[in-house]
Amino acid sequence: MYNFDFVKPLNVADALVALASEEAQALGGGQTLIPTMKQRLASPEKLVSLSGISEMQGVDISGNIVTIGGATTHANVALAGAFEGLTGLAGGIGDPAVRNRGTIGGSLANNDPAACYPAAALATGATIVTNDREIDADDYFQGMFTTALEDVEIITAVRMPIPQVSNYQKFEQPASRFALVGVFVAKYADGVRVAVTGASENGVFRWSEAEGVLSTNFSADAILGMSVDSSEMISDLHGTKEYRANLVRVLTGRAVSSAS
Amino acid sequence: MQNISMTINGKPVSGDVEGRTLLVEFLRNDLHLTGTHVGCDTSQCGACAIHVNGIIVKSCTMFAADADGALVDTIEGQANADGSLNKIQQAFQDHHGLQCGFCTPGMVMAAADLLKNNPTPTEAEVRHHLDGNICRCTGYHNIIKAIMAASGQDVSAIAAE
Amino acid sequence: MPKDSGIGTSPKRREDIRFLTGNGKYTDDINLTGQSYAAFVRSDVAHGKINSIDTSAAENMAGVLAVFTGEDFADVGGNPAGWLINSRDGEPMKEPKRPVLAHGKVRHVGDAYAAVIAETAAQAQNAVDAINADITELPAIVDMATALASGSFVHDEIETNQCFDWGWIEDNRAATDAAIRSAPHVTTLSLVNNRLVPNAMESRASTADYDPGTGDYTLYTTSQNPHLTRLLICAFVLGIPENKLRVVSPDVGGGFGSKIYHYGEEALVLAAAKKLCRPVKWTASRSESFLTDAHGRDHVTKIELACEKDGTFIAFRTDTMANVGAYLSNFSTVTPTFLHGTLMAGNYTVPNVYVNVKAVFTNTAPVDAYRGAGRPEATYSLERVIDKCARELALDPIELRRKNFIKPDQFPYASAAGLEYDAGNYDALFDKLEEIVDFGGFKARRAESEKGGKLRGLGINSYIEACGIAPSNLVGILGARVGLYDAATVRVNATGNISVMVGAHSHGQGHATVFPQVVSEMLGVEENSIEIVHGDTSKIPFGMGSYGSRSLAVCGSAVVRATEKIINKATKIAAHMLEASESDIDFKDGKFSVSGTDKSVAFGEVAFKAYVPHDYPHDELEPGLEETAFYDPANFTYPSGAYACEVEVDPETGQVTVESFTAVDDFGNVINPMIVTGQVHGGIGQGIGQALLENCTYDENGQLLSASYMDYAMPRASDLPFYTVDHSCVTPCTHNPLGVKGCGEAGAIGSPPTIVNAVVDALHSGGHTHVTHIDMPVSPARVWSAINS
Repeated sequence: MYNFDFVKPLNVADALVALASEEAQALGGGQTLIPTMKQRLASPEKLVSLSGISEMQGVDISGNIVTIGGATTHANVALAGAFEGLTGLAGGIGDPAVRNRGTIGGSLANNDPAACYPAAALATGATIVTNDREIDADDYFQGMFTTALEDVEIITAVRMPIPQVSNYQKFEQPASRFALVGVFVAKYADGVRVAVTGASENGVFRWSEAEGVLSTNFSADAILGMSVDSSEMISDLHGTKEYRANLVRVLTGRAVSSAS
Repeated sequence: MQNISMTINGKPVSGDVEGRTLLVEFLRNDLHLTGTHVGCDTSQCGACAIHVNGIIVKSCTMFAADADGALVDTIEGQANADGSLNKIQQAFQDHHGLQCGFCTPGMVMAAADLLKNNPTPTEAEVRHHLDGNICRCTGYHNIIKAIMAASGQDVSAIAAE
Repeated sequence: MPKDSGIGTSPKRREDIRFLTGNGKYTDDINLTGQSYAAFVRSDVAHGKINSIDTSAAENMAGVLAVFTGEDFADVGGNPAGWLINSRDGEPMKEPKRPVLAHGKVRHVGDAYAAVIAETAAQAQNAVDAINADITELPAIVDMATALASGSFVHDEIETNQCFDWGWIEDNRAATDAAIRSAPHVTTLSLVNNRLVPNAMESRASTADYDPGTGDYTLYTTSQNPHLTRLLICAFVLGIPENKLRVVSPDVGGGFGSKIYHYGEEALVLAAAKKLCRPVKWTASRSESFLTDAHGRDHVTKIELACEKDGTFIAFRTDTMANVGAYLSNFSTVTPTFLHGTLMAGNYTVPNVYVNVKAVFTNTAPVDAYRGAGRPEATYSLERVIDKCARELALDPIELRRKNFIKPDQFPYASAAGLEYDAGNYDALFDKLEEIVDFGGFKARRAESEKGGKLRGLGINSYIEACGIAPSNLVGILGARVGLYDAATVRVNATGNISVMVGAHSHGQGHATVFPQVVSEMLGVEENSIEIVHGDTSKIPFGMGSYGSRSLAVCGSAVVRATEKIINKATKIAAHMLEASESDIDFKDGKFSVSGTDKSVAFGEVAFKAYVPHDYPHDELEPGLEETAFYDPANFTYPSGAYACEVEVDPETGQVTVESFTAVDDFGNVINPMIVTGQVHGGIGQGIGQALLENCTYDENGQLLSASYMDYAMPRASDLPFYTVDHSCVTPCTHNPLGVKGCGEAGAIGSPPTIVNAVVDALHSGGHTHVTHIDMPVSPARVWSAINS
């Protein structure tokens, strides 16, 4: 690993100052970034740890909105128990040690195509709150490892409207235990949202056809005959495009059944 | 270089580290606490698992500087005060829960983390809690059995010597 | 009263205390004063011509002490193949040189062509990045069939990618062909035995030291066999006199075969330590391990089973391509041949067997023995085709096997594949399996699974393997370049405690606990007063190490022989002390007594006398009580077993879960049941890993796709069930003093076909009868594709 300066600011303002210098990079829980740096695939000159910023910690539930600090760990999101889909998702990421370090902000900023959190954010129509602005989830995800974030911009919080019912189904890639396919289904008074991670070369996406059908008939049977276009799905060692497309359908049905 | 200090296994320590110094490197190279192992470089095998401020983390995926001021517990501090094996360690020996011993420190730390929060876990809960700890020798049977035994559960119905 | 110590009991492992408290000492835990660090420059292309290597920038970097390239080792020897295989036409195999560092060409991704030594590991790594090599990339030769037809070669000087074309037994070929041509039924199956990465949790590490005053070298390295490593380095590679190199392997964190072999990194750190006159340390990252540890398996096989309509076997014939990778690793030529073809008669009275194996060079990492080594490949081919045959003939898979088993009264049995099985009772193993597994309840369990939308399958398997490797006279005839005996020294100290120096080297098998059980049983001395010394060529007489399930069967036998010598000598001393004739001395429970009298001396008193020989008959007896024995086995040992498992398949996702697994093994006599059980557990875990999860895959450019735990699926706790293990069916080995057979590899040999047989059974129950086979790993995606093909 190349060397760098390590700084650990205590508030967002100081973090932004630290990040303003060239070749500085924010460090969430480091569960993805540190292995990447070991492979010398990332070489920041300054690493700005966000784990000391108390204003970015914690889960707040007010009315129908849950607000999660950007530096909140997966373990703490799972503990907070805001709503079923989110709790299950956070409690199933990686392993206990990873959940104790990895953060929601770090996951969303990285936008790994196989990460879990993007599915929750997109399916709940979350608002990504940064030091500078608020971004709708529908505008935030822009393809694998690509987001609407600017260079010096920190996710300080994520706001999610709490669904009536929700569920996340992850089919694990057998080696990494990331999502080979993950489907988050969230039912709101005004309709159902279905977000899919792991499957597409374009990163997390909404399965709008299923959303339409499920919004009128929220049952697994409703999507039995449906299929999802496999042409832009990922094909790799662990599954073909067609296999992933199949999993999208199967897991959506299971998420609906579990959420009902 | 920056100077950091922390409390490891109840003892205050300090040292100078680079930004890139991983916590496991600080433990192994600077403090000669070689019980914590490195088995991979992708944060998956768990041979480096320790406790930082009371929760389990992978010390290969945390910078030493990020642990400045922390309370750290490693395998070297797990035995009873008189040096005898603690309940979990003893269960691992009693039930042959280790072979080559390389993953064992991480397994013991993971087991301690589990039992602190879930004193009588089911088999499935134990297996799930070890998602981040890879053992290549045991096929896990005796590790699961040892952890369940350490929790005070009767494991006599689980097959084998 | 049941025994509470010695043979057949399960004392807790004494080595556990240090492992559980963080006090184990593995190679990377050792740091020497003044040590420097090595880092390797590794090829990122699978196949390339090295035009030039510019090391000047690296040499001038901070902390850099030395840079080596292949040129520096052009005049030293190569790392040799340990076994000569002759092709069917009598031609010896092709043996291209395997240099310390690649020279002229790089031949696989990860092939090291330069190395840097620096003051710190980080400085060494920085200098690696500063080395500029001009390498012309050549087309990668990856697929074996393509390699055999290719006009470009991994090794240009041999002008072929075929290492050998081996026939076993060539004289049986025509008869086997004829038997298959005229057989009433022939079942054919094409299958792949998937390539695996051994993945010992401790990666390889080597630290070398050189004393310029004495010219002595010391190498600390992660080895399953320090003496063999020393022999290879001294006799073949660097030419260091054997008495000037000490090889130390402290605690070894797993091996599974991958740490049998000598690797170039060991030679490099030794040469560098001498050049710099200071210690040089290297520890592989996991990424380096994936690229450079010897991989396992990687066979492509077509097998045919010919039988009568009633299922009586007539012939087995196989045609296999075995990948040896870019270079021959030390045991890579024997693994797909004599450790594979000789087992191709299985547990059966089949009269005709013919095995053809073509070994193929490719631009991939070397492939060598991995837990089971050849025998899992044989068992998998046989037991899959037998299962398919049973389905074709609508025969019960257990009955088909029983019908063809060698019967207990037929031992010793000369198999059609050239081995003489000394003992076994295969029907008894299935009797026990049927007693343990509730086969009668399977239908109900299947119905229950179906209620939940799952398909349930039952898999059956039997295996035989040959281990306790190996009789030197036999393997010498077959081409081995080393003997495969082992050695032990028993040193009784003056105060009565005992050191046992053994040539076997534990890397998790519990030798420190088991060998004392044997000596304790024989001498009547407390186990705790007996210590094992191993893993250091300066402390033990000699040894060929631990692999091939040989530690107890071969080295344990040497321990017995050395202990017998101790008893002989101690009896003489006791006779002198008791003023009796030697022939009147009885030795029992640690006491020498004169028969028919109450006169006796304890073992400890005899030991003391041996070292304080004040009134000793020096013309008849030497002082001291220390004996060494070398033991060379008369035959292989032949463990066998009957396995069963049940799986559930989710037809919507293809996910397979193992619901139960039962292993009934005949290991001969068992010294420590707890440890034997643990060995079987571990073998099954790895076997299920091979069957369901693990897949080492290169792309068409020779890039390793499964190059980390992100893509190489290691079995984890939640992938595996509890196992039921039984080893109460015992037919003792007839030719070693303990009657033991070895248990380290059995689980990995017996389990893969058990799992695949069960998955196919599950799919058939769901009406997917077009699926006759799925290659391993039987991943969810493959199962789903098979169902939907």
